[in-house]
Amino acid sequence: MKFAVIIFPGSNCDVDMYHAIKDALQEEVEYIRHTETSLNGADAVLLPGGFSYGDYLRAGAMAHVSPIMQAVKEAAEEGKPVLGVCNGFQVLLESRLLPGAMLRNKDLHFVCRTVPLTVENEKTMFTRHYEKGETIQIPVAHGEGNYFCSPEDLQELKENDQILFTYKQPFNGSTADIAGIMNKEGNVLGMMPHPERAVESLLGSEDGLRLFTSILSYWREHHAVTS
Amino acid sequence: MLLRHEPSPEMIRDEHLYKEMGVSEEEFELMQSEMGRLPNYTELGLFSVMWSEHCSYKNSKVLLKKFPVDGPRVLQGPGEGAGVIDIDDEQAVVFKIESHNHPSAVEPYEGAATGVGGIIRDVFSMGARPVALLNSLRFGELKNPRVNYLFEGVTAGIAGYGNCIGIPTVGGEIQFDPCYEGNPLVNAMCVGLIDHKDIQKGQAKGTGNPVLYVGASTGRDGIHGATFASEELSEDSEAKRPAVQVGDPFMEKLLIEACLEAVKHPKLVGIQDMGAAGLTSSSAEMASKAGAGIHMNLDLVPQREKGMTPYEMMLSESQERMLLVVEDGSEQEFIDLFEEWGLHAVVIGEVTDTKRLVLEHDGRVAADVPVDALAEEAPVYHKPSQVPAYYTQFQQEAPWSMEINDAGSTLKELLSQYTIASKEWVYDQYDYMVRTNTVVAPGSDAAVLRIRGTEKALAMTTDCNSRFIYLDPYEGGKMAVAEAVRNLTASGAEALGVTDCLNYGSPDNPEIFWQLEQSTDGLSEACRALQTPVVGGNVSLYNETSKGAVYPTPVVGMVGLIQNIDHITTQAVKQPGDRVFLVSGGAPQLNGTELQKLYKGSISGKMNPLDLDLEQRLAGQVLNGIREGLIQSAHDVSEGGLLCALTEKLFGTGMGMEVHGIEHSAAALFGEGYPAYIVTVPEAFVQKAESLLKDAVEIGTVTETATFSVKNQNGETIVNEPVDTLETAWRGAIACALKSKV
Repeated sequence: MKFAVIIFPGSNCDVDMYHAIKDALQEEVEYIRHTETSLNGADAVLLPGGFSYGDYLRAGAMAHVSPIMQAVKEAAEEGKPVLGVCNGFQVLLESRLLPGAMLRNKDLHFVCRTVPLTVENEKTMFTRHYEKGETIQIPVAHGEGNYFCSPEDLQELKENDQILFTYKQPFNGSTADIAGIMNKEGNVLGMMPHPERAVESLLGSEDGLRLFTSILSYWREHHAVTS
Repeated sequence: MLLRHEPSPEMIRDEHLYKEMGVSEEEFELMQSEMGRLPNYTELGLFSVMWSEHCSYKNSKVLLKKFPVDGPRVLQGPGEGAGVIDIDDEQAVVFKIESHNHPSAVEPYEGAATGVGGIIRDVFSMGARPVALLNSLRFGELKNPRVNYLFEGVTAGIAGYGNCIGIPTVGGEIQFDPCYEGNPLVNAMCVGLIDHKDIQKGQAKGTGNPVLYVGASTGRDGIHGATFASEELSEDSEAKRPAVQVGDPFMEKLLIEACLEAVKHPKLVGIQDMGAAGLTSSSAEMASKAGAGIHMNLDLVPQREKGMTPYEMMLSESQERMLLVVEDGSEQEFIDLFEEWGLHAVVIGEVTDTKRLVLEHDGRVAADVPVDALAEEAPVYHKPSQVPAYYTQFQQEAPWSMEINDAGSTLKELLSQYTIASKEWVYDQYDYMVRTNTVVAPGSDAAVLRIRGTEKALAMTTDCNSRFIYLDPYEGGKMAVAEAVRNLTASGAEALGVTDCLNYGSPDNPEIFWQLEQSTDGLSEACRALQTPVVGGNVSLYNETSKGAVYPTPVVGMVGLIQNIDHITTQAVKQPGDRVFLVSGGAPQLNGTELQKLYKGSISGKMNPLDLDLEQRLAGQVLNGIREGLIQSAHDVSEGGLLCALTEKLFGTGMGMEVHGIEHSAAALFGEGYPAYIVTVPEAFVQKAESLLKDAVEIGTVTETATFSVKNQNGETIVNEPVDTLETAWRGAIACALKSKV
């Protein structure tokens, strides 16, 4: 399976995402610059964290109009797995691939620490290797991770089981303690916590690795003939 | 268009206008003899910044010469952007620390942020990939509204820059004392990794080679504070902008990536960042180091504002700018390379063989100065020094002590002192994990980062107990180095070398100069004895307010090598049943301690001398014990003494400890300033550990029950506290001080 890690100017978790795939998942991975217009045959897209365009204007606002995003949107429409983490989540929100918006954390401070998440929906291509209700330890590192959406959107997210992860101990003010949501079709996931930072025990947690193995196993099932 | 009246050379001389730029009469004479004529306004500006303490170290050079700068692993000592030390496998570590005290006192967020930005540029201009940031901070006591403001602003500024640029802020230290109230210290350190073959030097070699300017455009920010002509200021409110620069971490992120690509380009000749004194120091130093000259056309310098004079352009300290020299004919390749990253590179001049810095502006020669005169020939002063009255008095004082009635409640009080309390409130705001190499996060003795693709790891720390240095600059200086070595050793690392940031009051005061002299002697001796050469650093003088000078604060930044990631050790205890050993020597002392500060209200007295042979021996034992796999946790005894160190080992683990045989005295329980480690060893290894760790004494056991209990030599319980209660006191103190209404 081949993953694409998109690099916007100011992305800074691109290296982490790259190594999570290459070293921990041990699959093929390629960097794709924001100026490109093709994903070069990738089977899944990873939008990394960081401060694309310095977060100027609004986090993710400039990145979503960069040339590569057209190809990302097409991949999403084709049903390919698209994962946006942290700033990548913000880009997905700005692109309207996911509903809602991000506000600054409620105490207005950047927060970096490993936090417990609850897996809310295990029946997805991103979470099939987790169990429902399971607590997993994943790092967060963000200043604008206070997820906000309208009551109607929230209703819909809940009805369609689009909320995949919630914070077990709320800290940033997110609506319904939301840490990660997917689109209705189930192939676009945005989350503030960083699964790519939790793929080796040396660094404290391996709980994030199963998110990537989930994607891989889903893909293998659906590409059994070709692979 | 604003009118600018630059005074004529004669006016400068006759009205002694140079004095307002901080240039003395003798220095002005010296400039004339270097030039063979009177300097014009721009030239005077160039001299005044290059001959300032910040650029020339004219007051501290005589002292800096004493530092040991060589060692078998040193690849680059002081003199370039940052020091470089070999870590085997054709790899090297690059590191440097620098102060940004004065800007942070005025504008804490931008002051701290640009301090971080500047030190990062020093490291990547060597060709190294910056991998970690640390800091060392000093503030007045919290709960003072101004101090709270500075503390929160500095933290936010460090976080804002480091998080955005994507370099993890992995460690540091913070101390609080009233002497820093109006003059906080903000020292930032950056550590980078490099392959030997990529090491760059900031040299402008090769006559005819083009000089490229890259990065942000030049504005009027940061033009040196000594801007003198008052008529100019009053006529031109634009020039009244604060002297604090504004940082743009996004721009610098692009600069890092582009410059690290550029340093791999075979046609790059030299690269240097535009730090203090901006375009002036970068061009003059690059030319001087290469024995060359530089001719620049200032009309080509990208400018943020209209009508900037040569003086303003040369003295601007706008951030995120680099100067490159490339081989003639390759300039377009570099321009294209930077364009890829959305950055503009512009040719603004060329290397000459005249050994002169010639600046052209508006069709005229605005300045023509010998580069060596600027970069090398600043006067060197040996200021008078005098033993301070306080020191003489402290030496004669009877030793201070106190009765400890309830050791548990004293412990709780000490744990909630801001200097000892958890700094979680601060490092929670730093992204210390980005780039996923941080194995030991902030909160342990030293931060540890693995080196991807190898078995090795780097440990790093910043240390300086300025109270000891105030009481006795010589012994205190030794202790600062020793403490850094202890922190690295406890993490499983062998100390490699030092970068230091010397923060002092005014050297014009003989008593302050004496502090400088004595403490640099102490630092030098310890660096020699502990084999940690000084490979770079920075001097920050004049840290004073009307209330007086700060404590002498020579911050030691140290980097160590961990041979194998299996040796990485943290301070936290690992499992119930493990035995607790105290590895120490010498006598704990009470002068200059947190206990003395808390109960006496001030610090005083003399310091016992530190035995560096003992220090070296203990470090060797602990490191061996770690490498042999016997020691599973290690922590040094520092602020708050033995009991604070023991309890710090328990926080966050859910475990407790039973300690026995401890003398019930203030010195034994809370004394500081002696070499001491606390290590834990699994029961099965106890015998082996006892034979290896000659200076170790077993003092207790890790327990499953989360209670901390201490018995004296007679078996009487002197402390019995739930770890929870202690941890709450320690963890909550700083957040509580910031929330409380002041």
